[in-house]
Formats: sequence, C-alpha cells, structure tokens
Amino acid sequence: MTNTRRLQILAPWAVTVALFVMWELACWLLSVAPFVLPRPSLIFKTMYDFHTQLIDHSLHTLFTTVIGFVLAVIGGLLIGIAVGASRFVYVALYPLLIGFNSIPKVALVPIIVIWFGIGTVPAIITACSVAFFPIAVNIATGLATIEPEMRDVLRSLGASSWEILTKVGIPRSAPYLFASLKIAITLAFIGSVISETVASNKGIGYLMLSASSRFEVPLVFAGLLVVGAMGIGMYAICVIFESRMTRWAFRGQDMQG
Amino acid sequence: MSANSLVDIRDVSLTYGQGVEGTLAVEHLTLEIEKGDFVAVVGPSGCGKSSLMKLVTGLVPPSSGSIFVKGEKVTRPIQGVGMAFQNSTLMPWRTTLDNVMLPFEIVEPHKRHLRSERGKYVAQAEQLLQTVGLGKFGKKFPWELSGGMQQRANLCRALVHQPELLMLDEPFGALDAFTREELWSVMQNLWIQKRFTAMLVTHDLREAVYLSDTVFVISHRPGRVIYRAEIDLPRPRTLETTFEPKFIDIVHDLRSRISHELAT
Repeated sequence: MTNTRRLQILAPWAVTVALFVMWELACWLLSVAPFVLPRPSLIFKTMYDFHTQLIDHSLHTLFTTVIGFVLAVIGGLLIGIAVGASRFVYVALYPLLIGFNSIPKVALVPIIVIWFGIGTVPAIITACSVAFFPIAVNIATGLATIEPEMRDVLRSLGASSWEILTKVGIPRSAPYLFASLKIAITLAFIGSVISETVASNKGIGYLMLSASSRFEVPLVFAGLLVVGAMGIGMYAICVIFESRMTRWAFRGQDMQG
Repeated sequence: MSANSLVDIRDVSLTYGQGVEGTLAVEHLTLEIEKGDFVAVVGPSGCGKSSLMKLVTGLVPPSSGSIFVKGEKVTRPIQGVGMAFQNSTLMPWRTTLDNVMLPFEIVEPHKRHLRSERGKYVAQAEQLLQTVGLGKFGKKFPWELSGGMQQRANLCRALVHQPELLMLDEPFGALDAFTREELWSVMQNLWIQKRFTAMLVTHDLREAVYLSDTVFVISHRPGRVIYRAEIDLPRPRTLETTFEPKFIDIVHDLRSRISHELAT
C-alpha cells in the first residue's frame, strides 16, 4: 500500500475527529450551555447511557428506510423505464412527476396518517416517495441517451423493442441507476425520519422529538449522529454494489482511488 | 432488374421533414447491387450516403420509389443485416467475445439454438476474431483495445452470423492512415473468404477503389447516381496495387468527377 493510499483512507477519519475536537474545545472555551450545544464528549456519553433505546429506535428507522428504499427502487425502475422507453409516456407523465416531487413530503405525512394511522406505514411511504424520483429520472436519462447507431445496429439485426431495452437500454442505464441509488438512500433516511418526527411512536425521529420536548438536547444530538452514521453506512453499501456491477463505467480509473 | 441482384433501388427519393421546410436527401436514385458484389458509394459530404444505407436496410422508408432486397419490397427494417459504423458502437459492459456474439442472440435461427449449442457459436466467434488478429483478445473489454482493434471487433460482430448483406458506413473513417490501410486488407480477406454482398459508404476514394467491384459516385444533395465505375483490378489487391498507374488513374478519374460535381 502506498503512502498516498494510506492517507486517503485515513483522511475522512482524521477530519471527523478534528471536527469533534474543535467542537469540544469551542464549547469548553466559550462555555456553551449543554442544552444549547452539547459537547461531543457529553453526546457520546449520552449515547452510551441510552444505547438500548438508541439501538432499538435506530433499527426501527433503518428497517422503515430500507423497506421504503426497496419500494422506491422498484417503483423508480418501472416509472423510469416507461418514461425513458416511450416518448409518449415521457410527455404525458413528466410534468406530473415534477409536480409531485416539488411537494414537500412533510406536508404529505398528515394525509398519510389519516389513511394509514401513525407508525411504520407512513414512514415507509414517505421514505419511498422522496427516494423514487432520482431513480426514475436517472433510469429515464440512461434509456433516452442510447446512441442512435447502437439502435440501428440492433434494429437491422431484427431486434424487437424489448430486446433493445434488455440488451442495451438496461445495462447502459446501470451506472445511472447506481449513481441515483446513492442519492436515494440518503433521501430515504430523510423521509422516514421526517415522518417519525411528525407521526410515530417509534424510530429515531420520534426519539429526538420526545427528547427535545424534555430538553434532553444531548440525546437529540446523539440521535442526529446515529442517523448520519446509518446514512454513511448505507451509502457505502451502495458504492460497493456500484463498483461490483458497473466496473466498465469506471474504466481507466483506479477503483480504490 | 437482373436475376442476380440482391439489392435493387428504383427511382427512390427521400425527404426529411415535411412541407416546404423538408430537405430532399436523395432524389430519383436508382442502383443495383449484384449478389456477392462489393459496392462502394462515394460522394461529397452531405450527399445522403448514410441515408442510402438506412433506406436499404429499411430503417427509413423512402418518400417515393421502391427498394427490393432479395426480390422482396422493403417496408420495414429487414432482418439479419450486418452493420458497422465509424463509431464502433461496441457495448462497454460486454467482453469483446460477448459483443461479437450479439447477433446470435437476436438473429433467427441462431437465437433458438444459442442455448443448446453455445459452444459451437462461441467457437465460430472465436474463429472469426482469430482471422482478424484478435484471437487473444476475446476476454478483454472493448475499452481495453485500441481504436483499430475495436473496429476489427466491430467488423466481426457485423459478419459473425454470416449475413447476406453487409452495410459499412465509413467504418475506417476515425482511424489513422496506417491502421486504415491494414484494415482494408483485413476486410478484403474476409470478403474473399465469405463472399457476402457489401455496400460501403465512404469519402475515401482509395478505400473505395481498393475494396470494391463497383463504385457509385453520388451527386451533391439531393443525392443521385452520377457515375458508375467498374473496378476490374485483380484480387487480392495489396498496398502495392494502390501505387500502380491503373489504380491511380481510376482514383483520379473519380476525383475529377466529384470536383466537377462540386463546381456545378
């Protein structure tokens, strides 16, 4: 392993640690009250003290997020393929999709609660509704930008539209899909936590809301850190999938770099 | 129409767009390609050469006139034609061998037999890669190959299912002069072995004369056939042939016809 490689692996950890150290020092030097901005050391201590609750609630959030994400992948793929493969569907559906994506999802949660009650289901639906859009758009872009020559080669061989879609369209869109998954998984976390904050009795969002209503600010921050860490973890899993499945799209680059 | 002709284009016109703003790409064009012939179509740029290819393969319907391939009128994309473009259009997610195998997955009857006789088809594709000097590169991805090698693989993909008709749209246009001349010889050898019917669209007159039996000169847009030259140089032609007076005379003659066309 070269020195540059070692540095690249260490850099994100070093920067994170440095940030916490600076934060700690600033709180200490300026004597900031813990209920305004708790010191990292206090946050970590709270994390330890409340670890059973934190683990319980964060696993619930992880569960709703992943379910919502998987549904978003399925829905996004179907809509993206329909929009990308057919000009007509594109024209008909695109304004509606943009319109739906512009709606702040937090405004949807009360409606979903009226339909399904509070708890897990609204969180899943919110996560899904935030996350499907980038997936659909990216798949559609990948399909719509097939080179005309490639299409001609296949058509002159006698390929059907379905064959063009499966042999060129979908493999060609794979890098777009994986790029969008990385965005979608973080959006899914935002969706589920928002929904839990507004209407749930379980999950990290609920934990943070109830902690803040009791002025237990260190616990709120502990929740925030946990959500961030889960986001990084899921993002990393998407990156691993991406580099496994679409090696060709990163040709000539050092994958580890 | 002679009994042997594989492609018969009769009085074909093609307009892109509609009404007054439509551009006439091809006008009253008539030409025939005999079975087993290598035909080149040359002309100034923007003369509708590429449109001609799309017309013959049925990718674009003519505005008037008709096109027959194997005696049948072309009304929709005809099946099983081999095509190669200037851009190699190989799929980066497939290995070179899998790229060459693509026609077997689409063209009948290979498509039906591919699963059960995969070994036989792989052997055919590997054999063809061998002929063009890519024997060892089947497992490599296209983006790991040089431009010239990609274009060889592209030719293999166009030919692997032994199509009766091969359409070449400036397949060597993006290559450097040395690689291009090398591939002329590769192309000629493949043609001598397999004797498919080929239509080459190019603006390189030496390439046209080197490879073909007949050269058609197309006029400025809208394209019409303004000259037809039979190239009776003996085969196989070599790089040496291109320096012989007879070869140079033919190229010169074609060049002056195109200059004349550009001047009018």
